[in-house]
Amino acid sequence: MSLLTSMTPAEGVAAAMLVALIAYALLGGADYGAGVWDLLARGPRAEAQRELIARAIGPVWEANHVWLIIVIVLLFTGFPTAFTAVMTTLHVPLSLMLIGVVLRGSAFIFRSYDVTEAAKRRWNRFFSIPSVVTPVLLGAVIGAIATGEPGRAMEAGGAVPLFATWLRPFPLAVGLFALNIFAYLAAVYLTLETSDHDLREDFRKKALASAILLGGVAWVVYLLAKSDAPLVYEGLGRSSWGAPVRYATGAFAILAIVTLWRRWYGAARIAAMLQTALILWGAATSQYPYLVPPGIDLTTGAAPPIVHKLLLIALGCGSLILIPSLVYLFRVFKGHTFRDGREPREQTVRPSSA
Amino acid sequence: MADADAERRSLLFFENARVMTNLMAARLQMAMSLGFHIIFAAIGIALPLMMAISEACWLRTGDPVYRVLAQRWAKGAAILFAVGAVSGTVLSFELGLLWPGFMKLAGPVVGVGFGLEGFAFFTEAIFLGVYLYGWDRIPPLAHWLAGAVVAASGALSGVLVLTVNAWMNTPAGFRLVDGRPVDIDPFAALTSPAMLAEAIHMTLAAYAATGLLVAGVHAILLMKDRVNPFHRRALGIALIVGGLASLLQPLSGHYAAHVVAETQPIKLAAMEGQFKTERRAPLRIGGLPDPSTGETRFALEIPAGLSILAYNDPDAEVKGLEAFPAHVRPPVVVVHMAFQLMVACGMAMAAVSLWAAVSWWLTRRLPTGRAFLWAAALVSPLGMIAIEAGWTVTEVGRQPWIIQNVMRTTDAVTSVPGLWISLSAYTALYAGLGVIVVLLLLHQFRVSPRGDELQAASIKENS
Ligand code: HDD
Ligand code: HEM
Ligand code: HEM
Repeated sequence: MSLLTSMTPAEGVAAAMLVALIAYALLGGADYGAGVWDLLARGPRAEAQRELIARAIGPVWEANHVWLIIVIVLLFTGFPTAFTAVMTTLHVPLSLMLIGVVLRGSAFIFRSYDVTEAAKRRWNRFFSIPSVVTPVLLGAVIGAIATGEPGRAMEAGGAVPLFATWLRPFPLAVGLFALNIFAYLAAVYLTLETSDHDLREDFRKKALASAILLGGVAWVVYLLAKSDAPLVYEGLGRSSWGAPVRYATGAFAILAIVTLWRRWYGAARIAAMLQTALILWGAATSQYPYLVPPGIDLTTGAAPPIVHKLLLIALGCGSLILIPSLVYLFRVFKGHTFRDGREPREQTVRPSSA
Repeated sequence: MADADAERRSLLFFENARVMTNLMAARLQMAMSLGFHIIFAAIGIALPLMMAISEACWLRTGDPVYRVLAQRWAKGAAILFAVGAVSGTVLSFELGLLWPGFMKLAGPVVGVGFGLEGFAFFTEAIFLGVYLYGWDRIPPLAHWLAGAVVAASGALSGVLVLTVNAWMNTPAGFRLVDGRPVDIDPFAALTSPAMLAEAIHMTLAAYAATGLLVAGVHAILLMKDRVNPFHRRALGIALIVGGLASLLQPLSGHYAAHVVAETQPIKLAAMEGQFKTERRAPLRIGGLPDPSTGETRFALEIPAGLSILAYNDPDAEVKGLEAFPAHVRPPVVVVHMAFQLMVACGMAMAAVSLWAAVSWWLTRRLPTGRAFLWAAALVSPLGMIAIEAGWTVTEVGRQPWIIQNVMRTTDAVTSVPGLWISLSAYTALYAGLGVIVVLLLLHQFRVSPRGDELQAASIKENS
């Protein structure tokens, strides 16, 4: 409670942005990850895997995607200076990322409606390749902000560097980390999407492999942070939440691996989601109170408090409609993933077949 | 000394040239992205309404053709929605990627409108998923409700984003101190003077353009298969939605012109090619404005028409472009031509809708004569053309301002170099997407149900 009352409206909006970002990673991120497994589908069950993936994300991807828009809208309304700094200094990766968003979003739907097998395969590639590239760019943008390079370029004024702000080891490592974590989440979720034993095992193996790989990539990111993103690196140690959050993240990571190993898929999903949420939470708190370090924090060039208050009120009222609607959506289309041991209803999760 | 001066001047020249080309590229990219998105957005507002009507007919009458129709429309809607969503996402980034100066000022003032729109998008996307994928999973009434929610939230998201554009035309709800907004009143910003006119006019435009577009498609298909009950019912619903809106559209356009006259006299002058300030100003139909001579030639002039249209008074004085300094005049040729194009399209659409209405009044039947089907087919693209033209009027007519009388477009553009590359990339991308969407939709039409198949379907369902 004291946390709530001691929060300024600006911090409230920032917290809401973080929650929306986490939701985007957990939901929209997994849709990217599913595209990664689509690209990597091999072996006798490759087609069955692709089918499963298309069926799993079809009804929800458009809703999952809106979280990203919420983050952007909150950012430009609440913190216009930070928004313009990011959009100016990271113009190139953001533009490339948007091209990826457009390609995969449209290819995903074209695939369901085109007729010939050759055309379907082509759309599949337009869906799966951008699914790999886009998260890397998204991660690179977040990583670049943490290095402070964009913030410094903004302060320096003058010509805007097109590549120097983000084509560096640390942002790219964060990009790979994002890709890895999205693929991991997707594999964990997909184990719950089918009752076919072999398919399940396929995704279980993928989940385990990506969980272990994730540990390695996390280590590289951590090492690079020391030299490239000192502010965040120090923040990780400085904040009083730092240590508990890190231990909890590690604990959930191990729990996820153990439960996957033991085929407790429901528990594995919860552990993987908490692990991801805590990683983002930890990264954000270690950057706190900066939005675009080293210069722009929650107060620099922020909107006046009245705007933040109104945003929070709008978010509160909107949630009253949004949350029940989301629950309904997931109950209708993801209900089977909660009813363990029951045959999922695998028929007709396709757009109307008139 | 002279050398340094010359150098400074040439540097300044290059700096100006850079800003100019960047500005050009940014404007073109914005215009292209918005011109692309608005087509899908308009369909996203109106098509769900038509699907919901069709499904309601099915629920009431039990006639399976209506269900097939709603499902067929939903198939098209799925493609169009996906492209609408991704192109809209691009737009929300582009506001910052291209116009950081604008967003710094506008973000806090109008952001709450965008924020509310975010929730409208959310409800729309959620229930669209339920609608498209839930045909056999949830009870029919719940399914219909999901469709109705999509229709309502689509219209709402359109209205909310329009409040932002209205605010750019008639800014309100803040004071500018040292280039920063203070005393922000988001409600006043949301309800700026142009808001109501734009909201009504654009929402009607979405229904009119989409309704008549769809009607035209079914009219063409009916020409080949005159008794097909599927296309007859489709034509009926599309004509009700599109025709009603098209009949109302000139009235709302008249109101919009009135608001423009009150709030943006210079835009009105450009729309009409009105160079001189005068009482009993004529309404010009057609004509080519010539800024160098300050005359609009070859126009059919209706005496005092403009004074009546804008102020409801034949003796009202209309300000001409000459009443304003040259550096705040918008490009008059583009604005005037675009306005003429929109009005011409609107009149043709209203005429065909009137034909349908009168024919229905007299015979109580849908007009399906060859002549009417041809007319419906011919006007079907006009709504979308009018939408593009109307936006050109609004946006180009506001130049050189990005926020009317507050901020110039030049001061809002990004300093990132090389925007031509991004312009070319996005143009190629959208051109490709447009072609693919059209091809996929054409394919959907080709497999449209034939009359005998539908009869077989309804016999099966009834037995
Ligand atoms: C189906 C499309 C359509 C049709 C048939 C019309 N319009 Fe329109 N018009 C639009 C679609 C549109 C639009 C694209 O939706 C605009 C751009 C901004 C807006 O709110 O609506 C617009 C803008 C617009 C404006 C400028 C508003 C501003 O700048 O703030 C005026 C004055 C009119 N219209 C007037 C008319 C008149 C007198 C019409 C007579 C038939 C007409 N429109 C038909
Ligand atoms: C509510 C929604 C809209 C907003 C917030 C908006 C915002 C903007 C902005 C920020 C610019 C760049 C600055 C300027 O040139 O003034 C612009 C330009 C433009 N927009 Fe809009 N716009 C909206 C709707 C549309 C739509 C739907 C179209 C459809 C065709 C459109 C057509 C254009 C054109 C043609 C330009 C370029 C004008 C010029 O530079 O000469 N706009 N708009
Ligand atoms: C600068 C202007 C604009 C921005 C930033 C913008 C942003 C967006 C975004 C982010 C989406 C995707 C939502 C989703 O994921 O479902 C979207 C879709 C949509 N937009 Fe826009 N938009 C703009 C202009 C307009 C205009 C002028 C209209 C109509 C009047 C409009 C109406 C819609 C509608 C109805 C949708 C729903 C999806 C669809 O129909 O495809 N938008 N827009």
